[in-house]
Amino acid sequence: MTDMVVLIEPLIPALRRYARSLMGDRSAADDLLQDCLERAVSHWHQRREDGNARTWMFTILHNLAINSLRKTARRGVHLDIDDVSDPALSGRPAQEDGLHQQDVLRALKTLPEEQRSVILLVSVEDLSYAETAKILGVPVGTVMSRLARGRERLRQILEGDVSNKIENGPHLRRVK
Amino acid sequence: MNKRPITEDDLHAYVDHALSTSRRDEVAGYLEQHPDEAKRIASYRRQRDELRSALAPISEEPVPPELNLVRMLDGARRPRFSVWRSAAAAVVLLAVGIAGGWSLHDMGQPAAGGIIALADEATYSYQVYAGDKGRPVEIKASDQVSLVKWVSDSLGHNISVPDLTGSGYRFMGGRVVATAHGPAGMLMYDDDRGTRLVMLTRAMTADKNAPMSSQSTGSVQRVSWSKEGIGYSLVGPLSTQALNPIAHEMRRQIETNV
Repeated sequence: MTDMVVLIEPLIPALRRYARSLMGDRSAADDLLQDCLERAVSHWHQRREDGNARTWMFTILHNLAINSLRKTARRGVHLDIDDVSDPALSGRPAQEDGLHQQDVLRALKTLPEEQRSVILLVSVEDLSYAETAKILGVPVGTVMSRLARGRERLRQILEGDVSNKIENGPHLRRVK
Repeated sequence: MNKRPITEDDLHAYVDHALSTSRRDEVAGYLEQHPDEAKRIASYRRQRDELRSALAPISEEPVPPELNLVRMLDGARRPRFSVWRSAAAAVVLLAVGIAGGWSLHDMGQPAAGGIIALADEATYSYQVYAGDKGRPVEIKASDQVSLVKWVSDSLGHNISVPDLTGSGYRFMGGRVVATAHGPAGMLMYDDDRGTRLVMLTRAMTADKNAPMSSQSTGSVQRVSWSKEGIGYSLVGPLSTQALNPIAHEMRRQIETNV
């Protein structure tokens, strides 16, 4: 099992970041990752030898996250993601950069989950389009169209094209 | 000449630094001709950078005990205890916990000699040597054979020198440097406009296979990774967005040369 530690342990910080940016809540995300690690430990022997440990872990984590998000939605417990304080999600912002970072995180939250996860996996976690497709269980073409729609939507929000349609619009407008 | 048309997918792959060098140049040429598209793509790049820097601090937080994989594995390996044995074990664990509390205290910290330490050592080398006007490198690129032999002998494994001319950086030369975790090889590159990059490589005692990760510190960025016990860290006064593809190119060359 030491090979497991070598392969999985270095992934934990990135998995944690993905969970938290998808869930928007620190403790829910850490609980999810703990569940994910426990599953990885108990299913390690079922993993294909030639498989990519990183893709495997992100797949487990993503599925757990989606189940949890859907369960929350079904139960009707509406956790308004805008209520989650931004510092919990983003850490400490620094000066002007921090303002833009807050904008982009706020804008990201308004995207549908399927576009959000593609943007996070590709842009932040540096997974290839093929790996992202594998994690999400969709064709690469679907990844590309979600990425394109998500990025365009973020651009419109950040550049103010649709700010009047969104509450808190003025916060989203970039001041150049 | 028939050129393949530029697709929306190409534009996104351009944003993600996922194109081959030749295709990237074709897309860059296309964007020069199409300022509106260039503006849109620049905006996608910006949101990518902002997202990365906004979320980076999460991955730098120390990992909490409940996400400690080694501990989890220890738990899984042991057979299930009965209630009484669990209670007895709890008493023993409490005693061990009190005695060992302090040593567990820093379990969430980065491993000594691991990838973070390597990135710091690379940064020190960058700070000392990259700004040196007189003798930034001990052996110049013109005598690459001697340099490679010197570094390989010190490290105890063969090293290769990645060629970064495709990324606009000329190899200057290098030297062996001392770190707290043994000898390391330092390679320096220059873009002939005063920007220098330093790559440090050494054997790893911890984090022997770490995925590529970037860490910023002050005015320099570091991109570091390790494979099969050898660590690499690239340091330069560039944005992560500019440094990342260079690190990927280095990694590609190092892994094809092995």
